[in-house]
Amino acid sequence: MRKTTMAARKSLSLTLKIWRQKHAKARGRFETHRVKGISTASSFLEMLDVLNENLIEAGREPVAFDHDCREGICGICSLYINGRAHGPSRGITTCQLHMRSFRDGDTIYVEPWRSRAFPVIKDLIVDRSALDRVLQAGGFISVNTSGNTQDADSIPVNKQDADQAFDAASCIGCGACVATCKNSSAMLFTAAKVSHLAHLPQGQIERKRRVQHMVRQMDAEGFGNCSVTGACEVECPKGIALKHIARMNREYGHAVLTSREQT
Amino acid sequence: MGMGKSSLAKKYWMAATGLFLILFLIGHLAGNLQLLLPLGQRAKDRFNLYAAFMTHSPVVKILSYLTYTSILLHIIDGIVLTIQNRRARGKVRYAKNKPAANSSWSSRNMALLGTLIGAFIVIHLINFWAKVHFGPIETYIIANHAERIQDLYTVTIQTFQDAQYGLWLVLFYAFSMLILAFHLSHGFAAAFQSLGLSHPRYDGLIKRLGAAFAVVVPLLFAFIPLYIRFVLDQI
Repeated sequence: MRKTTMAARKSLSLTLKIWRQKHAKARGRFETHRVKGISTASSFLEMLDVLNENLIEAGREPVAFDHDCREGICGICSLYINGRAHGPSRGITTCQLHMRSFRDGDTIYVEPWRSRAFPVIKDLIVDRSALDRVLQAGGFISVNTSGNTQDADSIPVNKQDADQAFDAASCIGCGACVATCKNSSAMLFTAAKVSHLAHLPQGQIERKRRVQHMVRQMDAEGFGNCSVTGACEVECPKGIALKHIARMNREYGHAVLTSREQT
Repeated sequence: MGMGKSSLAKKYWMAATGLFLILFLIGHLAGNLQLLLPLGQRAKDRFNLYAAFMTHSPVVKILSYLTYTSILLHIIDGIVLTIQNRRARGKVRYAKNKPAANSSWSSRNMALLGTLIGAFIVIHLINFWAKVHFGPIETYIIANHAERIQDLYTVTIQTFQDAQYGLWLVLFYAFSMLILAFHLSHGFAAAFQSLGLSHPRYDGLIKRLGAAFAVVVPLLFAFIPLYIRFVLDQI
C-alpha cells in the first residue's frame, strides 16, 4: 500500500487520464485533462466536480461518474484509480479518498470497473444490476408482515454469530471485489449475503435454497471463479473477510449434498 | 448444477484433486529419498524392489490410477476455469493496474505455474515411467525374489549423471521444483478455503503447514537429482 503522505502544498495541479465512452456500444478512449488549485482537503469526487465545472464552462460534455451519499455508506461511487479499486488507500470508498493522498504534479488514471458483467453505461458509470439480480435470487428472508411481526430482539442469537453476521451484512454492494478480482468474481459479494443470513436464525428457512439460487445466478451473470488471491478482501471498503467465501463454499456443498428440493 | 457445472463445484474438484496430489507428493518423496543411499548393490536392490512393489501391488495400482485421474481432472478443470475467468474479465482491460498491492504473484499465476508443472510431468514420465512400462530397461535376478526385476535404479542414476544431457536435466528438475514450490505456496491453503474448510482455530495452522510444505517438499525433491549429479559416486 502506498503511504499516504500529507502533500507539502495545500493545493495541487494534476493530470487526469480519464476514460470517456459515449454509450455502452461506443468505443471508449482516454482523455487527458489538467486541473489546478485542487485543495488537499477535498475528496476525489470533489476534484472531479471541479473538473466538470471547468468542462461545462468550456462548453464541453462533463465526465459522467456515479456518486450519491458521499459518506462511504451507499456504495454507488466506484472508479479504478491509478490501478486500485477506490484508489490507493484501504478500507474506503472513492468519496472518502482525499486529495492529500496525491502529490502535486501527479498523473492519475481514472477508469470504470472492468468486468464483462459490468458493462459501461457512459464514461465511468457501469451497470451493476447483475449484483441486484444475484441478491434477488435468494438474498432475502421470509417474515410475517401481517402486522404482528415478532420483535427481532426476542430471538436469541449468540454474540459470535451476531458479530459474524454483522460483519458480512456491512457489504454496500459497491462491486470493488469484482473490479479488483483478476477473474471478475463476485464471490465476496455473494458470500457476504449467504454468510450473513446463514449465521442468523431468521435465515434458516431458505438457507439451502438461498445459496444454490444465488450461486446459480452469480454464474449466469458471467462472473468468474474464485482463485483465492485475496485481492477482494484487501480492496473491500468494508473489510469483509475471505472467510465468508469459505463459509459460502461450505454452505453450498452442504446444500447440494443434502437438499431435498430440486433446484 | 450440483457437483458438476457450478463455479463452486469446479473449485471443489480443483481443491480435492490438488489435495490428493499433495498426498501423492509425500509418498513419491518418501520413495525417492532411498536414492540418497550410498552407491552400491544394497541401494540398488532396495530401490528396485521398492519400484517393483510400486508397479505390481494392487493397492498401489488403485492409488496410481487415482493419481493419473487427479492430474487429468486438475488440468482439465484448470483449463475450463482459466477460460471462464478470462472471459469474465471482459475485452477491455485496465490501462493501469496494480495487482501486487493486494495479492501474491503465485495466487494470480496458478495457471502458468501449473502449465510449467504439466510440462515437467511429461518430461519426467518420458525419463522414467515410460522406461518402466515400455522399455528399454535391463532386468536382473535378485535373491529370494521369483521374477526378474527391472533396474530402474541404474536408469535413474545414469540419467542424471549422463555426460551429455544430465546436467541440463538436473537443472530442469531443480527449476521445476522451484515452480512447484510457488504453486504449492498458494495451492495448499487455497484448497482448504475452496472446500469451505475454514475455522479461526485452524486457519493459522493450515497456512503455516502449507508454507512449510511448499518449501520442504520441493527442496527435498530437488536435492535428489542435484545429489546424484554432484555428490554421489559415478556409476
